[in-house]
Amino acid sequence: MFDSLLNSPSSLFGDFERLRRELDDVFGATGFPTSIRSVAPGTLPAINVGRTANSIEVYAFAPGLDASKIDVTIERGVLRISGERNAGIPENDPKVTVYSRERGSGSFMRAVSLPDDVDPGHVRASYREGVPQVSIARRESAQPKRIAVQ
Amino acid sequence: MSDDKQALQAKTGSEPDRESQRAVLPRVDVFESESGITLLADLPGVPRDKLELKVEGDTLWVEGTVEPQTPEGLEAIYAEVRVPRFRRSFTLSRELDSSKVEANLKDGVLTLRIPKQAHAQPRRIAVQAG
Repeated sequence: MFDSLLNSPSSLFGDFERLRRELDDVFGATGFPTSIRSVAPGTLPAINVGRTANSIEVYAFAPGLDASKIDVTIERGVLRISGERNAGIPENDPKVTVYSRERGSGSFMRAVSLPDDVDPGHVRASYREGVPQVSIARRESAQPKRIAVQ
Repeated sequence: MSDDKQALQAKTGSEPDRESQRAVLPRVDVFESESGITLLADLPGVPRDKLELKVEGDTLWVEGTVEPQTPEGLEAIYAEVRVPRFRRSFTLSRELDSSKVEANLKDGVLTLRIPKQAHAQPRRIAVQAG
């Protein structure tokens, strides 16, 4: 999993996150239900989902991946996008001084549960500008139809 | 909801004063070797023509607008990226040569190489026999 924005130095969110954890420790976790697949805020990659009349579009903001290692699967109505990213900083080089290490590396996986009306037989996936985009067609029965009045 | 739509469609044009627009800090790696400093920045969804790099005095500005390809009539149903813009600035030091910065944007990762001035690189001085 990419490490979180919350680990960034001088990040206001990092301070909020620490405060939130301390409050949770004192008062116990709050009772509000969250999605079973939700992740901690700031975890990468972030996901946006949109729909049009005939497709569902999923965008994952995952820069710097090897396109051949991105894995997209749909199983029982759950779309999973996984991949791996190499560290950008040369390792074990004594002549290199590292000042900032905010970009995470390693493998990640995000899952999105899809609406019932999608057709897993018609899926297109692409990787452009660091954004894996998956487009899943919606079944014809779910598409808007004009009904003739007799 | 308008924020969500903005994130997905990232409409440009007819925008107000750009300095007042909301932006998030891209995450960066910064490291130094003998020849200069390398900066890697995560800018997912920023096409080459929406990336702006500039050096003003000793400040380096990186700014990019997220513009993923969106089909006609897209309606946002869930959005984690709500601010479709990255912006961050760095103060350069005097021994860096800001006129020779090399930039490369690939798969949403910006790589900037900022070389040191030739006179700031380590150099051996020959001693003349007198």
